[in-house]
Amino acid sequence: MKKSSELTAGELHGTKPQGRGGLKSQKSRVQTVILGSILPIILIIAWELLSRAEVFPSYQLPAPTVILDTIAGLAADGSLWGHVGITLYRVLIGFLIGTAFAVILGSIVGFYKKAEQLFDPMIQAFRSIPSLAWVPLFILWMGIGEPSKVTMIAVGVFFPVYLNVVSGINGVDRKLIEVGKMYGLNTFELIRRVILPASLPSFLTGIRSGLGLGWMFVVAAELMGASSGLGYLLVLGQNTLSPETILASIILFAVVGKSTDWLLKIVEQKSLHWQDNAVKA
Amino acid sequence: MSLNINNISRSFNGKEVVKNVSFEADPGEIVGLLGTSGCGKSTVLRAISGLDTGYRGEVEINGKASRKVEASTGFIFQEPRLMPWLNVMENVTFGLKGKKESKDEIGRKYLRDVGLAGSEHLYPKELSGGMAQRVAIARALITSPEVLLLDEPFSALDAFTKMQLQDLLLEIWEEYRTTIVLVTHDIEEATYLCDKIVILKDRPGRVGQEIILDEPRPRRRGSNALANYKTDILNSLDLSRV
Repeated sequence: MKKSSELTAGELHGTKPQGRGGLKSQKSRVQTVILGSILPIILIIAWELLSRAEVFPSYQLPAPTVILDTIAGLAADGSLWGHVGITLYRVLIGFLIGTAFAVILGSIVGFYKKAEQLFDPMIQAFRSIPSLAWVPLFILWMGIGEPSKVTMIAVGVFFPVYLNVVSGINGVDRKLIEVGKMYGLNTFELIRRVILPASLPSFLTGIRSGLGLGWMFVVAAELMGASSGLGYLLVLGQNTLSPETILASIILFAVVGKSTDWLLKIVEQKSLHWQDNAVKA
Repeated sequence: MSLNINNISRSFNGKEVVKNVSFEADPGEIVGLLGTSGCGKSTVLRAISGLDTGYRGEVEINGKASRKVEASTGFIFQEPRLMPWLNVMENVTFGLKGKKESKDEIGRKYLRDVGLAGSEHLYPKELSGGMAQRVAIARALITSPEVLLLDEPFSALDAFTKMQLQDLLLEIWEEYRTTIVLVTHDIEEATYLCDKIVILKDRPGRVGQEIILDEPRPRRRGSNALANYKTDILNSLDLSRV
């Protein structure tokens, strides 16, 4: 995050009148999309052609159209929504629980030096355990039902959010806090009016990487044992020797994961529009 | 409001930065604290503001000793220190309480005062350095402070903007007759603005000399009278010894 002095002392720039720049920026956005799509499209076409020419054996790498057919088939018999829904549900609940714990603990550790000395070493120690190592223990404790999966995901989400909340609060510019003090704000008002908005960028970064990890952990959790969900489709595809099911599941993971990240990105852009970011050339 | 600074000393980590600094400011007076860098000007100002309480000695505001931030004191920092997530209007009204409409109405008046009417909806990232500092001035004035503390408020600005804002400060002072303590290392700024200049020198900083400027306002930049004061100050600072 940039320092506020840099934010405020800049020259007059940014936000040009919308009317004139609108068409141009739309054109450049379309151009970006086209530029980014060239390689994937070429690859997919090449993949399709090579599969049809039977260069790739279809029992190992089926053609893209076959994968799309599989997804369409799942959608047609209605099981697609069940699988996507339950996976989304697990990620969402785990994400909410992990974020809630991270925000509470992270705020306490961020605000109180004593709490930092008390909690932080232990949390850092837990962090150094690869989170997937917990899987067997959680299954032992909670069985292979929903609780163990959700816990798994929550653990994964917790750490990036926690770290970013703490560093966000620690990184609030002392100079801005002084401004608040000059207006006689008490601790609570200082937190609400200065510290929270100032640490918001870091918090949102944490939430986005937390969500990414959530998707990673839902795969792990569903691979361990599930009777539904996208991760279950992966296992099913492996056991029934149908790579098209595996690839269909992977593609669905990508689409749904990207969509949730995109939603968060919109929230981020909306709430952080005041940030003075360098624009890439 | 009158200010009485009695024997302020301040050490950081056992090293004394200012030693026994005393001076007074009468109601409506503009007092300049002038000195080379590192002589503790800002330290004295922070003690007066109540942001720093670790000093020895006493700060009396209207005859009453105070060690906390008083609502009647305003502070303009060297940097604008605007909240980047608030727009100009929200920044200006930051120190006000009450309903948004009534706050905005007062805010518009002060934005007019500093020549920023119509910029209410801009965000700090869209402001030039001079505009941002104007917003900071409006933000400090809006609570109608009776004592205004300025910590090298114009030092980061270009020469022209600096002159404009100095004149703006004088206009505001004419209207509100605030007691002002101005920390600066710019001798011309001090002679142009101040009724009294307190020169801090040495390390730890101490009061070297007090110079009273009875030149009537409006003063002319570069006039002989101001040039004479400048010579006095330069002699008093004794820069050859550094």
